[in-house]
Amino acid sequence: MTVEKNINTTIQEDALPVSAIADSGDNVLLSIQNLRVWFELRKFGFGHAGYVRAVDGVNFKLHRGEAIGIVGESGCGKSSLMRTILGLHLPTRGEVVFDGTKISEMGTQGLRWYRSQIGYVQQDPYGALPPFMTIQRILEEPLVIHGVKDKEERIRRTHKVFEEVKMTPVEDFLPKYPHMLSGGQQQRVVIARAMILEPKIIVADEPVSMLDASVRVEILKLLRGLQETHELSVIYITHDLSTVRYFSERIFVMYAGNLVEKAGVNQILKNPLHPYTHALIAATSDPDANNALSFKEVPPGEPPSLVTPPSGCRFHPRCSQFMEGVCDVEDPPDFEPEPGHQVACYLYQ
Amino acid sequence: MTTNDSLLHIEDLVLHFRTARGAVQAVDGVNFDLGYKEAVVILGESGCGKTSLAKAILRLLPRNVAKFSGKVYLNGVELMQMSDERFRQQVRWVQMSLVPQAAMNALNPVVRVGDQVAEPIMVHTGVKKNKAIEQARKMFQHVGVPEAFLSRYAFELSGGMRQRAAIAMALVTAPSLIVLDEPTSALDVLTQANIFNVLKRLKQELEISFILITHDIATSSELADRVAVMYAGQIVEESDAFSFFGEPMHPYSRKLLASVPKIRAEQEPEFIVGQPPSLLAVPPGCRFAPRCPARFDKCDQDPPVFKKNGHRVMCWLYE
Repeated sequence: MTVEKNINTTIQEDALPVSAIADSGDNVLLSIQNLRVWFELRKFGFGHAGYVRAVDGVNFKLHRGEAIGIVGESGCGKSSLMRTILGLHLPTRGEVVFDGTKISEMGTQGLRWYRSQIGYVQQDPYGALPPFMTIQRILEEPLVIHGVKDKEERIRRTHKVFEEVKMTPVEDFLPKYPHMLSGGQQQRVVIARAMILEPKIIVADEPVSMLDASVRVEILKLLRGLQETHELSVIYITHDLSTVRYFSERIFVMYAGNLVEKAGVNQILKNPLHPYTHALIAATSDPDANNALSFKEVPPGEPPSLVTPPSGCRFHPRCSQFMEGVCDVEDPPDFEPEPGHQVACYLYQ
Repeated sequence: MTTNDSLLHIEDLVLHFRTARGAVQAVDGVNFDLGYKEAVVILGESGCGKTSLAKAILRLLPRNVAKFSGKVYLNGVELMQMSDERFRQQVRWVQMSLVPQAAMNALNPVVRVGDQVAEPIMVHTGVKKNKAIEQARKMFQHVGVPEAFLSRYAFELSGGMRQRAAIAMALVTAPSLIVLDEPTSALDVLTQANIFNVLKRLKQELEISFILITHDIATSSELADRVAVMYAGQIVEESDAFSFFGEPMHPYSRKLLASVPKIRAEQEPEFIVGQPPSLLAVPPGCRFAPRCPARFDKCDQDPPVFKKNGHRVMCWLYE
């Protein structure tokens, strides 16, 4: 009972700011509208063999200065969603709208500008840094590509961004090669490279999954600090719910190409609504010796194939609260049982 | 604990490697005991020597070993004096087996999964293939893989299924000890929870001990009876899991636990300033001292192991 009381009070507290943000439409920096990214499968190179529905009907708005976490398992389409936002895939249907402009209407020059507005932090820092280039050259390259011709200016900006990611003394690091740095330092270089064009959005794809526990928090705090000082918007993609809690304002839960639940961090963690979100939270461990004494509840089965997803709600074959004739018929729309908390599940109709 | 009532007893185990830049002190004087039907977690960050420790226990050594010494008793039998050939025939995969790191990517892509799982029995006990496959089928039931998967190839299995098959392969010869090296680090949350359910069940049903080597503190608590924390080639703290997760004693263990983001409690995670020392040039004295908030004069000397409140902790604070 005490727990439930807690839940109610906190929700009322954070429900207000979240819905207040959601209402002020002019603050939206990036808007994803009914986005669908399908990849065609071909047989023998030319015969049509269906589609991989990696992203299938995703809607959300990202506000200025806001950090969101997209949480999902591997193969749920979160990387395809991210790559579409970066402009690396074309949407099959729907729109990505940046600051009021559709990226499908931007043209080559526009897209080039758009890519300077959006920084990308890769998952594996070592794989993301060219091994034969010095850190100085790695950081300068985006500036060269985006037409900063003055060498002095480029050096000034690499120094500035390197100080921001706390790689000091700067002169010691710039002439080095990536393999001479530790994993945490490599990830800082990747972040510095993403920041050097002074973007408005940073997309971070599992930025710390390759790092040790003690370094993870350091990198996430660095990203959080940059977000605050530069009023950046951050899209943080991960499969780990426990880190999102501390480093984003809202969490979107993704399953098999759909966003099944969207809400503020505390709303999701203290009052998860979608059965899949429940399962994810139940399966995440905290360090506690009592864990060894009991089994975890895990929904049966595995995520569905994105080529032939189940009809209706894609989670229904694994769901303990499956309602026959309802869940397996039509895609559930987003319901909003409490302000700022959207869930695609018929339980909340 | 004496050597008689523990399954595995390790005394002063040392494993150094020779490299072009000098000797790497990967494992440097490790002591621990593992009881019957017990699971010990070896926690450590990358490069602390935890995988080398697993390799030293199973004697899966590369060619550039500079120093390999100490005593390892399994069921009271000294293993270090044993010849390599006898070790291979009588110990490795007979009494103890390994689930290597990223095991799901280590399966042979052109051999049916069932045949791979059955192979260790054929090699070690000389039984015929039919019988071995029968045994593999039983193991598949234990780890929760449908029998139909016996005749499939690795690429037809999901990551979680492949990891289970790798565990089945380690189990199939009925060893008394399994060493798991980062069994779930590349898997999704739900799959991780599933694998840990399987391991817990195996621990209850079969009389097996586990050594779980991992850097993931939160999930390690799913299996741990005891926890040993490794830092720069040494075990700096060892204790019962309840006591460890409740009140860690070594400053490094405390910092490590504080770095874990918790999902059920509001507690801002912290990071540890600095980096672990290179195992090529280990600093004298306590190896954690340069990063330690509680550092004092005595830390310049090598700390011995102090016993306090059931913890064995290598720190001068507990003298």
